[in-house]
Amino acid sequence: MEVTYLEAIRRGIWEEMERDPNVFLLGEDIGVYGGAFKITAGMLEHFGERRVIDTPLSESAIVGAAIGASLMGLRPIAEMQFADFISCAYDQIVNFAAKCRYRWGAAVPIVIRAPSGGGIHGGPFHSQNPEAWFAHVPGLKVVCPATAYDAKGLIKAAIRDNDPVIFFEHKALYRRIKEVIPDGDYTVPIGKARLDRQGTDLSIITYGAMLYVARDAADQLAEEGISVEIVDLRTVFPLDEETVLASVRKTSKAILLHEDTLSGGIGGEIAARIAEKAFEYLDGPIVRIAAPDTPIPFSPPLEEAFLPNAAKVVEKARWLARY
Amino acid sequence: MAAARPVELPSAVLERAERSEPNAELALRFFYYMSLMREVEERIERKLYRQGKIVGGVYVGRGQEAIPVGVGLTAEPEDVFFPSHRDLALFFIRGIHPRHIFAQYMGRVGGLTRGKDGNMHMGDLSRNIVAIISAMAASVPVAAGAALALKYKGTRNVAYVFFGDGATSRGDWHEGINLAAVQKVPLVLVCNNNQYAYSTPLEKQMACAHVADRAPGYGIPAEIVDGNDVFAIYEAARRAVAHARAGLGPYMIECKTFRMTGHSAHDAADYVPKHLWEEWAKKDPILRLERTLLERQWADSKTLEELRANIRAEVDEAVEWAERSPFPDPSELLDNVYETPPASSEK
Repeated sequence: MEVTYLEAIRRGIWEEMERDPNVFLLGEDIGVYGGAFKITAGMLEHFGERRVIDTPLSESAIVGAAIGASLMGLRPIAEMQFADFISCAYDQIVNFAAKCRYRWGAAVPIVIRAPSGGGIHGGPFHSQNPEAWFAHVPGLKVVCPATAYDAKGLIKAAIRDNDPVIFFEHKALYRRIKEVIPDGDYTVPIGKARLDRQGTDLSIITYGAMLYVARDAADQLAEEGISVEIVDLRTVFPLDEETVLASVRKTSKAILLHEDTLSGGIGGEIAARIAEKAFEYLDGPIVRIAAPDTPIPFSPPLEEAFLPNAAKVVEKARWLARY
Repeated sequence: MAAARPVELPSAVLERAERSEPNAELALRFFYYMSLMREVEERIERKLYRQGKIVGGVYVGRGQEAIPVGVGLTAEPEDVFFPSHRDLALFFIRGIHPRHIFAQYMGRVGGLTRGKDGNMHMGDLSRNIVAIISAMAASVPVAAGAALALKYKGTRNVAYVFFGDGATSRGDWHEGINLAAVQKVPLVLVCNNNQYAYSTPLEKQMACAHVADRAPGYGIPAEIVDGNDVFAIYEAARRAVAHARAGLGPYMIECKTFRMTGHSAHDAADYVPKHLWEEWAKKDPILRLERTLLERQWADSKTLEELRANIRAEVDEAVEWAERSPFPDPSELLDNVYETPPASSEK
């Protein structure tokens, strides 16, 4: 059946709530209103207000309460209305949730869902990609699905995982991406990248909405005789280093593509690992393509200039292919 | 699935809670736990720390022992504690042996965190004690969530969260209470108002007279209690827990006390006016309890001396045990970051 990326996430949550009575939801406007993006539409009516909790406008309390409930054996899914607001809960996530197992052996099986990403003219407060803020924190898992199939499989895996998972859902994909996905239960493993397309001349390593930019670029480059391999990370922390290194060893050229801003982004970490562990396979410099180091602007021409796109990728890829 | 719990009228709940009479057995339990906490902490702060056997900081609750003991003894084993760093007695009430506390302070594998964390930063979920979040205010939303889960699961249990006056300045303290109040979760909020947050006195911490003044803003009851009177604390906590168990939501107790030490062992607390030390030394909660025990003839001085001697012997043994406990092996460094180590992690 063909579903949107949004519907895939919704179904994943729904099925897990049917399967496990310890799974419950908390967040702002998720019950009566069904969530700002309608991910939780219909859930209050079906599962009741005990399991679908409309909270005060209070991210620190939402995440803190989710952690507390998880320590008591429940499996909460906390919704941040926009990923940008997750900074209000930063202390709870990095100073408590991430450290509980290490400090005193306590599992914190929570999922924090965070709608992220630009391309919807949301401006500086409703467009950020904060995954790198968390990809530096041991104890957290950070997931950024690109496809509807992965979105459903990863949300289910995240709910079943016994460690805290931050689940970044790209807002621009919610209704734009439609795919035929299997009915019923399946999961996608956290921490495993996926080879999206095989190629021989260079590898584009990416995740989230940039997967589609990479595919567009690869299509154009194919017409020019440049064969592109695409790796979709799916999980940005912990990294699936093996899949990345295998692709780079095969093509000998790597482009790291992300929508998050350049400095301190995921691309830097991957570049370092390639340089450390696949240096002798490289036939060209490691190339990073990312948004510039600015806040995310609002007006369409500015936002368009900010976001990486296929034209930018094609230009850099041509240069790298010739190198 | 959870059955709905009967909601009782507050007056009926409180009346029943007030029906307890202090008695010799309870008073001697107070005496045991307060004296044990004092002895263990004196040993850590005034002996082992000075001998260089403690790793890192030392945070004790001298003069504040009535709070964890008076509150802690109102709990059932399935109720959940969120202690602050001044609440060591809660660990003893839950049956944790002092030897593990000494080992914790020495960074040994016999400590509750196996050396992954130090001093009062410890917990044990099997005994329903959640490890402190160092920036204490953050424990309040977490405790609200634990209380929410206890209600969700249809139990009659409650969560107790302990914090200092300084914690009440932070946003997440307020956010946690607000959520707990809106959701009417079974949460007992216990403020140890010892009048100093590190070196910052209360009047620089808040412009209202009492922490309890903040409770009406969240629509929850609060009471102020003499934080050095273990009987008064016990009674207040009984009212609080009866309220919470009856499904009426959170309840706050503000215990007015004084921190009879620096913030930690390295802090001489020269910023505290001398007369305050003298004034509060006279109100020592253990001395007060002893006077009551003797006046009411619940115990004679010989019995109390025997109890103290037993505690000293127990603590001597515990220190020896902890000193024999090994330091963690560096090979444990990477353990328990995740349930399953990530494929790319290097050993």
